[in-house]
Amino acid sequence: MKLPARRTSHGVKGAPYTFLIPATLLFLLFFALPIGYAVWLSFRKVRVSGLGLGAGAREEVWAGLENYTGALSDSELLNGALRVLGYGCIVVPVMLGLALLFALMLDSEKVRLAPFTRLAIFLPYAVPGVVAALLWGFLYLPDVSPFYFVLDRLGLPQPDLLDGGPLYLALSNIAVWGGTGFNMIVIYTALRAIPAEVYEAAKLDGATPLQTALRIKIPMVAPSLVLTFFFSIIATLQVFSEPTTLKPLTNSVATTWSPLMKVYQDAFGKGDIHAAAAQATLIALATLVLSFGFLRAANRRNKQEAAR
Amino acid sequence: MSSPALRKAEPPAGTARETALGPGRRRRIAMVPTVTLLLGALYCLLPVAWVVIASTKSGAELFSTFTFWPGTGFADNLSDLNAYRDGVYWRWMGNSALYAVLGALLSTCVSAFSGYALAVYRFRGRETLFNVLLAGVLMPPVILAIPQYLLLAQADLTDSYLSVLLPQILSPYGVYLARIYAAAAVPADVVEAGRMDGAGEWRIFSRVALPMMVPGLVTVFLFQFVAIWNNFLLPYIMLSDDEKFPITLGLHTLLEQGANTPALYTLVITGAFLAVFPLVALFLVVQRFWSLDLLSGAVKS
Repeated sequence: MKLPARRTSHGVKGAPYTFLIPATLLFLLFFALPIGYAVWLSFRKVRVSGLGLGAGAREEVWAGLENYTGALSDSELLNGALRVLGYGCIVVPVMLGLALLFALMLDSEKVRLAPFTRLAIFLPYAVPGVVAALLWGFLYLPDVSPFYFVLDRLGLPQPDLLDGGPLYLALSNIAVWGGTGFNMIVIYTALRAIPAEVYEAAKLDGATPLQTALRIKIPMVAPSLVLTFFFSIIATLQVFSEPTTLKPLTNSVATTWSPLMKVYQDAFGKGDIHAAAAQATLIALATLVLSFGFLRAANRRNKQEAAR
Repeated sequence: MSSPALRKAEPPAGTARETALGPGRRRRIAMVPTVTLLLGALYCLLPVAWVVIASTKSGAELFSTFTFWPGTGFADNLSDLNAYRDGVYWRWMGNSALYAVLGALLSTCVSAFSGYALAVYRFRGRETLFNVLLAGVLMPPVILAIPQYLLLAQADLTDSYLSVLLPQILSPYGVYLARIYAAAAVPADVVEAGRMDGAGEWRIFSRVALPMMVPGLVTVFLFQFVAIWNNFLLPYIMLSDDEKFPITLGLHTLLEQGANTPALYTLVITGAFLAVFPLVALFLVVQRFWSLDLLSGAVKS
């Protein structure tokens, strides 16, 4: 040891903090500061005196909870939340169901073409949400779509996929298409980590592949399912680019279709930053409550399972 | 059938699952899984196949011929796209590449520093710092993006390249992945041995630990590259000058104009095809060097 011990230990003590400086600075500047600023804005409002002309006619004043009560009684925001709820009820179960199904199939014995199909199903992950919405948008357009072409030739009725109830399916399909592959990889990785002895034991017990899947594989990948569920809920609450992209193709996607679109509309369309900040804070709170509530419930279940 | 009961059973001699099967039975193809996966692949490839074919059609063919029949207009579409507003399309592609490459590089560096520090050192506030960084994942982007816009406006940085680049450098998921890789790939004794040899902490990191973390960091880079390339919301909020648009925003505005003039549809479709192409190609090339498993944070130790 050439170096005096004191200097070395001093260097070691300071080192982790030095390594963490860039991340901490960026976090403070681009995460903490904006969040704090948004919360601050949500408690403020613009008071216009007189006709709103001249210096001092518009001033920012404390608003208390006014923006929040406004947001909570805003029917557009509520309707947007309900739409996203309906959309999420389709996307999350279908996407994770398919991801689990494909992961189990990939993991089964004697399956052919597994590397090819694995890559093909993962491929949409590389396609930007905007481009995915654009591709499917054209496939939903009666003039361009192959599906309508086939329906037309067969003399079958041609539903309008970009209106009413089918619009939910159309939008959900884009999310399912884009997200299944990523979730499949997460679940598949967890399946590969199950020790081989477990399967051998199941085989000795005479378990069929279906029984093995239901009673061993699925319970053992439960933590991955919880994780993918968690990320899917967050992504669903934040849906923005897909409906925004479909908007030019149909009249039935409103500028306030999802809560985030409503926030964007209020902030940049109407220029009411304060109302937008209050709505954004409410959405962030809802996200936190939902995700932590879900994680706690999942944890409690895991503990019960472990205790059994 | 509970798992404790299973563990009591005698482990087989071979560890690979196939070894216990009879050699004759291995050749049989499992029809149900294979067909299910092929259907899944078909579903995932269909829109991509469609856009490849649709980009070869002229404007008239797009609305008149069967959609999966190639057309004759690819060269025309390409030159139309080239000519559109003096080739602004290629400018968008260039911008996307710039945002994604530079952003992902910086992001990987920051993730590597943080992940290494969080995995290797024991220090006060370690878990708190990690959890606070991770909580960033939960923040809806629009909630960040609006105040980010207002703050950057105060600094006179909105509508600049920096306004899209800077907010995307710190990636909570990247830090999380880097921490897992560092914990798995950098043994504590190696770091300790470096210290015994009198190497400084930075030297140990850059000469010893960093090379060990490379496979994981490639994953972080690709993950961030895709995330930035695919990002729409942040540039949508930050930028108004379409010379600085990334490809996602460019295609979106093109589609918005195309809704009024269907003649632009062929441009949008050709543009979408060319925008999908680089990332798909990138994936096919790097999949040799890149294990998909790493994306889920799974590390073989």
